[in-house]
Amino acid sequence: MTWQLFELLLQASLMTIFVSAASISLGLAFAIGLSAMRMSGLAPLVWFARIFISFFRGVPLLVQLLLIFNLLPAIGLSLSSLATALIGLSLCTAAYQAENLRGGFEGVPRGLIESAEMAGLSPVQSFVWIRTPIALRLTFPALVNEAILILKASSLVSVVGMIELTKMAQNLAASTYMPLPIFASAGLIYLAINWIVAIAGRRAEAALPGLPAK
Amino acid sequence: MSFDFAVILAKGPAILAGLGVTVLIWIAGTLLGAVLGFLVATARRYGGRLADLVLSVPVEVLRGTPFLVQIFLLYFGGPYIGLRLDPVAAGLLGLTLYGAAYYAEIFRAGFQSVPPGHSEAAQCVGLTRFQTILHVQLPEMALLVLPPSMNMAVILLKETALLSLITVPEMTMTVQAIGSQQYAFVEALVVLALVYWALVEFANLLGRLAERRLSAYSA
Repeated sequence: MTWQLFELLLQASLMTIFVSAASISLGLAFAIGLSAMRMSGLAPLVWFARIFISFFRGVPLLVQLLLIFNLLPAIGLSLSSLATALIGLSLCTAAYQAENLRGGFEGVPRGLIESAEMAGLSPVQSFVWIRTPIALRLTFPALVNEAILILKASSLVSVVGMIELTKMAQNLAASTYMPLPIFASAGLIYLAINWIVAIAGRRAEAALPGLPAK
Repeated sequence: MSFDFAVILAKGPAILAGLGVTVLIWIAGTLLGAVLGFLVATARRYGGRLADLVLSVPVEVLRGTPFLVQIFLLYFGGPYIGLRLDPVAAGLLGLTLYGAAYYAEIFRAGFQSVPPGHSEAAQCVGLTRFQTILHVQLPEMALLVLPPSMNMAVILLKETALLSLITVPEMTMTVQAIGSQQYAFVEALVVLALVYWALVEFANLLGRLAERRLSAYSA
């Protein structure tokens, strides 16, 4: 295991970080949308959200990625590996984040929602300005957790042709015949990234404004 | 582009065989992982500070790295230190270790949730430490530990799909092979996704039933 090999792994880990960060952010936006659908009270939207969440939480991410990678070209949509990976990861994390947010939305104090109504906010305004920010604040620790899960899950995007940390480790292991030190180093890099995310998450959690009283 | 599911469904027996391997490895890995995780949690709680510190390392490493990297390390790296395992053995060992790390944390939280007064009371009436764990702490933990345990079992079920990447002949590998043979790759993946979806929802249902059953004893 030379420094040169380790440097290649470090470079590839930037792709891991980029794909994960982009998917988490996109997934969060989708998850808020899914939550809005679920709480809209309109049957088709509620059912769409429910089935979406159940499907993406019920099928292994590997199978989802393979399906998206092969299905889209079959129906005439040719996307790059990066786009495929981002779509796959962000749809999957959206389902998990929507499930996390459900608890957050349930935790919004009734009184605040009523006050918003009394102050003349429409249901949409109340959703955007009162309920969503509080739900996000309540579920912040779950978001940090999800970020760590996605950092680890991003190791699967190699199956759609992305070269990130795990794929780079596979390539190097095959060409150098040193799988042991190379996969161990890749593992250490994942561990370090996740450790930093966990600590940053705790710091951010402490710096955020306090939780609303029940 | 038209889709032809008949050529995939004609391979039903082969798909079922793959499903059988998936379910067997899943159940074996989950049970072994839960037992090992319980032993680790018990050792961490009652084995002194050193055992707690030493055991926290593998738990954190297994929880902080991707399962895919772990099985690659085990399967491709193992032979270099004399650990030559066939795919199924490597897959089962990998799944067990990965599961054990998460179950150890679930049981650790369970131990912490039992009020210390209860175990102190048990010791005051003359129960040994072993009896206290068996008759007081475990029953109190069970209700709390069940939901995350079932959740973890479902996560492990989905992780078994990754074993196809180290050539374990489970469902994902089997159905992909059928898809390429029949020139019906998309159809094969759709069938695969639907079977997993049904299996996961079925496991979730069992989990909810078990919870309801157990919560009858909670009062």
